[in-house]
Amino acid sequence: MKISREDVEKVAELANLDLSEAELEMYRTQIDEILEYIGKLNELDTAGVEPMAQVLAEDQSADATLREDETVLCDVAPRILEQAPDAEAPYFRAPKVIER
Amino acid sequence: MSAAWTIDGVREALGTKKTSARELASDFFRRIGERNQDLNAFLTLSEERAYAQADRIDALVRAGRPLPPLAGVPVAIKDVISTRGVRTTCASKILENYIPPYDATAVERLEAAGAVILGKTNCDEFAMGSSTENSAYGPVRNPESTDRVPGGSSGGSAAAVAAGLAVASLGTDTGGSIRQPGSFCGIPAMMGSYGRVSRYGLIAFASSLDRIGPFATNTRDVAAVMGVIAGRDTNDSTSTTAPVPDYRAAMEKPVKGLRIGIPKEYFGAGMDDGVRKKIEAGIEVLKKLGCELREIHMAHTDYAIATYYIIATAEASSNLARYDGVRYGLRVEGDSLLAMYRKTRGAGFGAEVKRRIVLGTYVLSAGYYDAYYLKGQKVRALIARDFRDAFGKVDVLVTPTSPVPPFLLGERTSDPLQMYLADIYTVTGSLAGVPGISVPCGKICGKLPVGLQIFGPAFGEARVLQLAHAFEQAGGASV
Repeated sequence: MKISREDVEKVAELANLDLSEAELEMYRTQIDEILEYIGKLNELDTAGVEPMAQVLAEDQSADATLREDETVLCDVAPRILEQAPDAEAPYFRAPKVIER
Repeated sequence: MSAAWTIDGVREALGTKKTSARELASDFFRRIGERNQDLNAFLTLSEERAYAQADRIDALVRAGRPLPPLAGVPVAIKDVISTRGVRTTCASKILENYIPPYDATAVERLEAAGAVILGKTNCDEFAMGSSTENSAYGPVRNPESTDRVPGGSSGGSAAAVAAGLAVASLGTDTGGSIRQPGSFCGIPAMMGSYGRVSRYGLIAFASSLDRIGPFATNTRDVAAVMGVIAGRDTNDSTSTTAPVPDYRAAMEKPVKGLRIGIPKEYFGAGMDDGVRKKIEAGIEVLKKLGCELREIHMAHTDYAIATYYIIATAEASSNLARYDGVRYGLRVEGDSLLAMYRKTRGAGFGAEVKRRIVLGTYVLSAGYYDAYYLKGQKVRALIARDFRDAFGKVDVLVTPTSPVPPFLLGERTSDPLQMYLADIYTVTGSLAGVPGISVPCGKICGKLPVGLQIFGPAFGEARVLQLAHAFEQAGGASV
């Protein structure tokens, strides 16, 4: 067994995800099977292989193509706030966090 | 004659005043009205926006002004791509009422080129799936065979074009989500190189893999849409400065002497016999065109699914952290901020999205990062190297798009790993960042479409389209 019920609970907590009892058990079984399958990567010797974090060649990396740091007008704030479940311009409102 | 409309056909009909852009849009909305109840391809229609655009095109026609390349062409947009003022749900309950305040660059460019946006297409929730059965708004049916899935995740965009409910559409491909539904619905479907099309406004699933690309009824139309949406965009720092060639001109070049690699590893166990026969017949067509075929090896192919499901879920777990009930989408109240987050996400996300968030968080978590995520990134480098080595010997690679024909609705939903394995031939190119297209390659028993996949080297879209076009012209679709 690759992943325990406690592992799934802990990961769900890290991901701020409420899971029901049934979901916890279902995901444990399914993810266990997926991790078992993923284990086949250990057949490969990857010592000395550079991890590939992104696809683009050096000359196209974000660092090479960033624009000049100039101010660009962006007036979407009111429209963005319209999409918030609870907003009081110019703020988003969220439950209190101080106690924590 | 729904299937008869092409981009050139629309242009001609407008130019000769056989129809107007408004009439055409209205005709497509009527067809959608007739078919969508069965197919469930569209989630939202954007009539107001479509008719406003159609009227602008009709005014150009009346004034005798030159028409832009996609003038009046009715298109559909996958619902993970932002459209200003038009509801964009990602086929998720968590974004059920979300209205983007801006357009994705690809959408903006389509509209600037004259396209008429009919609406937003159904897909797997947040593009996570291979059958469009993970939509929170019900599955899409395959227009070729309505008891079967259209593929996924861009199933709605594929079904809309295949059923004649749009002339072209945009989908997104992270592990096969354009090419596989193209294959299942019997139409050409293309993913450009990573960095070829701006991702600005594409609601992120896995940022190092996500790509926007077109579906159409023929390869010339795929090329036309690709030419419009490709190119540098300062709003996406990963969109490249490489010039965009004239794909339609380039694709007319003869393919005689083109070196085609056939990777042995794409014809292994698990491949349906009917698919194998069609692909072999397709390869015969390529031979007759004078292409030079070579069997090659891509040693790490068999590790691609495992690698993909580490990298894609890791990136997804991070990207989807933004759905927290504060800035947009659903909020379920709780007695603290954390309780609100957990309830919102627990109620808003569907089963597959949760599964991937859990897996992705796990492979990134302390103690497992090296064993999974880092290992995955290293194997990804080996898979990319396989492609680089192959393109040192051949010009393009030809493979099946999917190991199986369209499967029945419900056939694979209970076993996530089996569903993931449906992407076995497409995820490789996603990890390597190279362009790929799926072109129709016959139908099993005259009913179940098969797709032939062509990969090219990074930024070799013109060559991929060139071979796809030659294959199509040589009757590849009816082998």
